Amino acid sequence: MTVAVDVLRPAGKERVHEVVTPEGVRLQFAIARVGDRIGAFLIDAVIIIVSSILIVVAAGAATGFDETGGWLWAFVYVALFLLQTGYFIWFESRGHGTTPGKRRMGIRIMEAEGGALTVEAITVRNVMRILEVHLPLIAILAPEAFWESAPEWARLLASVWLLAISALPLFNRNRLRAGDIVAGTVVVTTPRTNLEDDMGGDAPIRRRAQRAPAHGFTDEQLDIYGAYELQVLEGVLRRLDRGQADPPLLQAVADRIAAKIGWKRKIGRRDVGAFLSAFYGALRARLEQRMLLGKRKQDKHTPES
Amino acid sequence: MAEVRLRSYEFRSEREAAWQRLESLVDRVEKKGLRCLGEEELLALPQLYRHALSSLSVARAISLDRNLLLYLEGLTQRAYLAVYGVRRHLRETIAAFFLTSFPQALRRYGRHIAVATFALLVGTIAGFVLTTQDQDRFYAFVPGDYAGDRGPLASTASLREALYDTDHESGGLAAFASYLFTHNARVGMMCFALGFIVGIPVFLLLTTTGLLLGAFWALYASRGLSMEFWAWLSPHGVTELLAVLLCSAAGLAIAQSLVFPGRQTRLRNLARRGRDAGVLVLGAVLMFLVAGLIEGIFRQTVTSIPARWALAASTAAFWIWYPLVLGRDRKAS
Repeated sequence: MTVAVDVLRPAGKERVHEVVTPEGVRLQFAIARVGDRIGAFLIDAVIIIVSSILIVVAAGAATGFDETGGWLWAFVYVALFLLQTGYFIWFESRGHGTTPGKRRMGIRIMEAEGGALTVEAITVRNVMRILEVHLPLIAILAPEAFWESAPEWARLLASVWLLAISALPLFNRNRLRAGDIVAGTVVVTTPRTNLEDDMGGDAPIRRRAQRAPAHGFTDEQLDIYGAYELQVLEGVLRRLDRGQADPPLLQAVADRIAAKIGWKRKIGRRDVGAFLSAFYGALRARLEQRMLLGKRKQDKHTPES
Repeated sequence: MAEVRLRSYEFRSEREAAWQRLESLVDRVEKKGLRCLGEEELLALPQLYRHALSSLSVARAISLDRNLLLYLEGLTQRAYLAVYGVRRHLRETIAAFFLTSFPQALRRYGRHIAVATFALLVGTIAGFVLTTQDQDRFYAFVPGDYAGDRGPLASTASLREALYDTDHESGGLAAFASYLFTHNARVGMMCFALGFIVGIPVFLLLTTTGLLLGAFWALYASRGLSMEFWAWLSPHGVTELLAVLLCSAAGLAIAQSLVFPGRQTRLRNLARRGRDAGVLVLGAVLMFLVAGLIEGIFRQTVTSIPARWALAASTAAFWIWYPLVLGRDRKAS
């Protein structure tokens, strides 16, 4: 059961957050990368800052930049406040846990146990930004502003403390920031994969295999490789299908396989695609058949288990 | 050679149409929300989701097609969040929030609110006493930009004017008032966030807010404007200070869950408590808005002291009545 998943995430770098659905199926959500989250935050921050400036400029133009006068400024203050605190809460509770920035970076928030994302949780995780973003910014840019008469060392200590809280996502497995911890949320990616033609399906195989000489592979030849190699070959063939294949690479792959399985006949340049497709079809049929019997072979190095 | 026919291929070709239908539904839900689905589609969504989920289980067992597996994993994850990760209809949520969960949270966190109130009161009384003894201390408690041009050096007349300013020049004061409002709302939210660092800063912030309040009170009291000061402050202040107290109570609650985690681990306890106390924070944010409206509109247009007291008294009465009456268990009826 887990083998297929292991193959799917070969690098092991991507961290996953596992949720068992009420139907009893385990789903593994990929934890969003820190870089993506910073990127999303920057996009949102730019949107907020630019709209704040626009509001102020518009109000300024309307009042002739007379800051002491006018009800307008009262509304401007409230509008800015709403924009700055409400932006994330509004978008995350409306847009399925995404903001414009998050959507752009392909990440979203979810409730850690997979339940419904409540407005309360969203409020909490975003109110915490005061501690994670605003206070550290003040601490860096204007330390005297929030602790006037403190000695230098105390100020330094407080700043380090605040920065450590902002850097929290770097230090835990699920990359939770303080807001996520308190609200019980996780930021994940839900990548979109297009469903392409099945490489083992009728169309591609027949298309290529028609022109091919008879390819009969023995079970011994097919038992050499495992799921990992099959899926690498799938990648190669998909590139070929999209017309992105590079012929020397194809030839090299075909030659490697031929040498490994002891394929006697010479594979001509025109036959390479046909050979690889046929081998893919046969290998997948063989491996999947073994899977039905409960035998999995992960790659060429590991024995069937 | 015989045609290559894979079981996993058959499996896929039988189900592909349903997956693609699900994908198009999920796409739309992600863009526009559940509301954009018709009745029939709304019924189809969970069925198609379960169908895709069972396809995924089967595919994990029988298929080695990497693209197919990735596709199904991604599709079921998105569909799962579309089916389970979505809150109820907004209107229902709002009703449930105000009628049940918010008043219940107010009762549940009664003790925390009491502690926060105590810290604020201590600050206020200390600020009042200290400033009364020595007017110059006003500047120690009140930051310059917060005071505006109010201070011990200001004339009584100008101080009085600040309380009643409604003529056209008071536009500046309206702006100042909403500046104070955003400032106070930030203080409130900070009170919550600081709970994450074990809560001591919450007390600090509450006490300094109290000192500031007390200093202003002392300043006005020294000119015999004490009652008028409270009449000026209370209409919005009751709601606003209560909101600060709620945020602080929520902050103290998460601090408590950090220091005394009880039977669960700290992290888990924190997440549970955070979400629970989040009801208070959300309520407080909305209260800040109400207070801001009162402050911006009512206080600038109504200057009669009885009217101000009347509004202050009715908001106070409301905030006493609200948690005591609403959100009680319906078992009794």
